[in-house]
Amino acid sequence: MVTPLLIGIAFGAALERAGLGSARKLTGQFYLTDLTVFKVMFTAIVTAMLGLFWLARLGLVDLSGIYVPETALAAQIAGGVVFGAGFAIAGLCPGTSCVAAASGRGDGVATAAGMFAGMLAAGLAFPLLAPLYSAGARGAWTVPDLLHVRSGVVIFGVVLMALAGFVLAERLERRA
Amino acid sequence: MKYSDPYLAGVALGLVLLAAFVFAGRGLGASGAFASAASSAVHAVAPAYADGNAYFAGYLHEPGGAWRSWLVLEIAGVFIGGFVSAVLAGRWRRTIERGHGVSPGSRLAAAAGGGTLMGAGAMLARGCTSGQALTGGALLSVGAWAFIVSAFAAGYAVAPLRRRAWRES
Repeated sequence: MVTPLLIGIAFGAALERAGLGSARKLTGQFYLTDLTVFKVMFTAIVTAMLGLFWLARLGLVDLSGIYVPETALAAQIAGGVVFGAGFAIAGLCPGTSCVAAASGRGDGVATAAGMFAGMLAAGLAFPLLAPLYSAGARGAWTVPDLLHVRSGVVIFGVVLMALAGFVLAERLERRA
Repeated sequence: MKYSDPYLAGVALGLVLLAAFVFAGRGLGASGAFASAASSAVHAVAPAYADGNAYFAGYLHEPGGAWRSWLVLEIAGVFIGGFVSAVLAGRWRRTIERGHGVSPGSRLAAAAGGGTLMGAGAMLARGCTSGQALTGGALLSVGAWAFIVSAFAAGYAVAPLRRRAWRES
């Protein structure tokens, strides 16, 4: 009971420190004027990915004990489109809406209330959505499985992609 | 106070995610807490219906019940951490963040409408920017990377239509 609370506190504080409780800052990502979202997100992905890889390599963590979210491509692509449109309109995502609300912003409260309503509506419509929801569901499925390469190769590729992205992000911000 | 350097904040966020993997065997999340809340609300009004709906029932039968589920506690922590961090930085302020010339009402309507779309999208996608993009991204999940690409593609397609909402002056 204490672990999720402590992890959540650190999660909320990290987002707030980065400025991700501000819809103006988040929407800067979509207008290419402020690429904080990309920088924070990809630095976090790379940090956790490399940390997990090396902890497992050193035998300190057993990867089989870590839950990998299920893949169901059709639902995740369709859900991603609806989610992304909502993200651009609200200017906040679910986690950052909580930080926005906690730092005094009414638009954060409204986004979180909308999230609740959307979940409620989609849940009520679940009997209709179930065929799309479960289409092609195949459990944990990773990019190394897909490409038939070792995870180290994919990890190296993600790091290179992130570094190239950071260079591009800095250029775009200087231009803006 | 100025916001932290994004790369430094990103490393901190990555270490939080790594701690969740190591100490809890799972990553971070946000939309799942809203799904738990919605499931509990439905169960309070119509218990038999909620138990018969496969989506809501999945959240109601978590260990400790929906209200004590891992993600609900984690999101309670996000509120505490966000609040304390904003107060300590002198950034806590009661406001409605919006572009120049945008009325508070239309900003709140956009926020609620966008939030509703995100709720439905996150339900289909089995997570949001936290549970899919960050967590699944770091675990190299195929579905998570497909979600990242489709969500940002849609965001970039819709954002130009909303440009006026964020005018500086």
